[in-house]
Amino acid sequence: MTGSMGLSSRHLLDAGDLSRDEALLVLDTAEEMSRVGDRAIKKLPTLRGRTVVNLFFEDSTRTRTSFEVAAKRLSADVITFSAKGSSVSKGESLKDTALTLEAMGADAVVCRHSASGAPHRLANWIRGSVINAGDGTHEHPTQALLDAFTMRRRHGRLEDLRVAIVGDVLHSRVARSNVALLHTLGAQVTVVAPPTLLPVGIGAWPAEVSYDLDAVLPKCDVVMMLRVQRERMNAAFFPTVREYSRRYGLDAQRVALLPEDAIVMHPGPMVRGMEIASDVADGMRSTITEQVANGVSVRMAVLYLLLGGAIGADEGEAL
Amino acid sequence: MTQTFLRSVRPLGGDPVDVVLRDGIVDAIGPGLDAPAGVDVVDGTVIDGGGRLVLMPGFVDLHTHLREPGREDAETVETGTRAAAVGGYTAVHAMANTDPVADTAGVVEQVWRLGQAAGWCDVRPVGAVTVGLQGERLAELGAMAESAAAVRVFSDDGKCVSDAVLMRRALEYVKAFDGLVAQHAQEPRLTDGAQMHEGEVSARLGLAGWPAVAEESIIARDVLLAEHVGSRLHVCHLSTAGSVEIVRRAKERGVQVSAEVTPHHLLLTDESCCGYDPVFKVNPPLRTQADVDALRDALVDGTIDCVATDHAPHTIEDKETEWAAALPGMVGLETALAVVRHAVGDRLSWSELADRMSLAPARLGRLREHGRPIAAGEPANLCLIDPDLTWTVEAAALHSRSHNTPYAGLTLTGRVVATWLRGRLTARGGAPAGATVGASA
Repeated sequence: MTGSMGLSSRHLLDAGDLSRDEALLVLDTAEEMSRVGDRAIKKLPTLRGRTVVNLFFEDSTRTRTSFEVAAKRLSADVITFSAKGSSVSKGESLKDTALTLEAMGADAVVCRHSASGAPHRLANWIRGSVINAGDGTHEHPTQALLDAFTMRRRHGRLEDLRVAIVGDVLHSRVARSNVALLHTLGAQVTVVAPPTLLPVGIGAWPAEVSYDLDAVLPKCDVVMMLRVQRERMNAAFFPTVREYSRRYGLDAQRVALLPEDAIVMHPGPMVRGMEIASDVADGMRSTITEQVANGVSVRMAVLYLLLGGAIGADEGEAL
Repeated sequence: MTQTFLRSVRPLGGDPVDVVLRDGIVDAIGPGLDAPAGVDVVDGTVIDGGGRLVLMPGFVDLHTHLREPGREDAETVETGTRAAAVGGYTAVHAMANTDPVADTAGVVEQVWRLGQAAGWCDVRPVGAVTVGLQGERLAELGAMAESAAAVRVFSDDGKCVSDAVLMRRALEYVKAFDGLVAQHAQEPRLTDGAQMHEGEVSARLGLAGWPAVAEESIIARDVLLAEHVGSRLHVCHLSTAGSVEIVRRAKERGVQVSAEVTPHHLLLTDESCCGYDPVFKVNPPLRTQADVDALRDALVDGTIDCVATDHAPHTIEDKETEWAAALPGMVGLETALAVVRHAVGDRLSWSELADRMSLAPARLGRLREHGRPIAAGEPANLCLIDPDLTWTVEAAALHSRSHNTPYAGLTLTGRVVATWLRGRLTARGGAPAGATVGASA
């Protein structure tokens, strides 16, 4: 039985699947894991002999490296399977890849894919744990966990924390995962975007909706900026980059509207000068590099909780 | 010549009678008939309805994808019509989106001949409205109408005739030979990259939305065009409550518009997409419960004229993929009756069900031998239904070459237990019956 440490599922596919207790367990475990990063020898023997496969159908150096470091710090064998180019047009390769990994005895598959739901399909075909490392415009649960971890560290709590998520919510897997997880953890979320970049049906989300960034900023403990791809302009989501930036970009002037202890987050990669000004990204309130560091701790916690409870793990040694 | 004796069956659910089928027609019908000489229970020429089995006119499908020519790995005319016979159908309209497209007399005649050779049911090819389904210029509609296939229904199904002028011309042009344009209503720009119904579920799943308005705006335009030029218009697989309203209003004004609904749109909702299993990916997409309710009401009150399966077989390779990579469509011929009854229950009487699944589609497709009353002298295109038989859908047990059914594991009540095409048994007990013989018609 995997997941015996307290996660009810073998997989981590949707942030919304985690209960409050499970999410807090991940965050608390990540705190423990972060101490490993402070040691001279940054390694635990917990996942010795276990195989973690990084299956990346989409480029993402940041997320891939983060999972790789996390798995290695837990002494797992890490295989990186870069399947870029196996786009949805050659979809059957997903199943073939799954069967190959199954035959190799992968204990966990970390999957990044451009198609929403691809990790869910994968979970039907293999026995190991599937960890969603970002699927299309659906979810990116470990990003939400590391964001929550970062917020809790900076503010000491998540309950009633006021979080604004700003930008291309329609196409953002980060936004979907964050809204679901932050709601579970008791935060108050407001999504802010031009109406064209909000999904029809957002009314069912556990979040407030605003089109007016300036009105929201003074009431935020956290403002999370999302990347906006320039190409969206061509599909008439907004008239010009300049106009988008003027209405929804976070510059120093807007940062001044924030309460004193509010933090600025961005999941990366950033488009400096579009959704976020350089001086803001590099400013005192920014947690952007911290998020990256926290990503490793959170991913260690997830791997540990999904795989660590199985045979061969020595929990006492780990923590 | 084949004779069949049906003892104590209920035509359209009415009082039990005996029926003799002979020489391709209903030879005699009434209570207390004597079995003709030479018929036998063993070879299926005597069937006892026990005063319980319901005799219906053979079903007529206005919307079937037989995939031949071009995708014989997914379905052929032979396998598709065999599945149709098992589902109680005696006539199907083969959609034009084959490869090559059925946009010439040559292709429609080929499909028609394949249907004749298979002999499971009458195959009426649908002709493409535009050359190659490209939506740019009219195909030779007249040539297809005058061909051996005698095409009467024209559709670019799979694609929408989105150009308003082209649609207007098609509606006008087919009047010359009593043709019917069947529109796949989908505004292409509003559905670019669309994966599922646009609403709360798509917002959650992160799948690009297919908004109801993309269907409704085309239907609204088309009924106005049909009204303006005084033509018949048929709306394929109507899927939204808003579309129902538009068709209802148009009919009240006297516009010659008809509409079909699929069994799956009468039963399933977009919630089915939550596991990302592409077996639930279909175009138009599964909608909300409110849409399902409106479609059921519209089928019952006659706003929607008929049930059409949109039977769309796909290979495993085209379905066992990520959602976005999968082809849309589901098979439906063998489950249609049971799913419709599951969806609307007793709200449709047996005679109303016969209308929606046989009489109305036969009328719209101008089929003279199908959708007829069950009476002496009428063609013996019939099916027999056990209304109480409970069965569980098993994908691998379907007779279509492809098994992409969304109903696997679903328990249904009511099943077609026998089908006759011009008096010849084509299906029995949920399986094809006998060797196929070239039909004579």
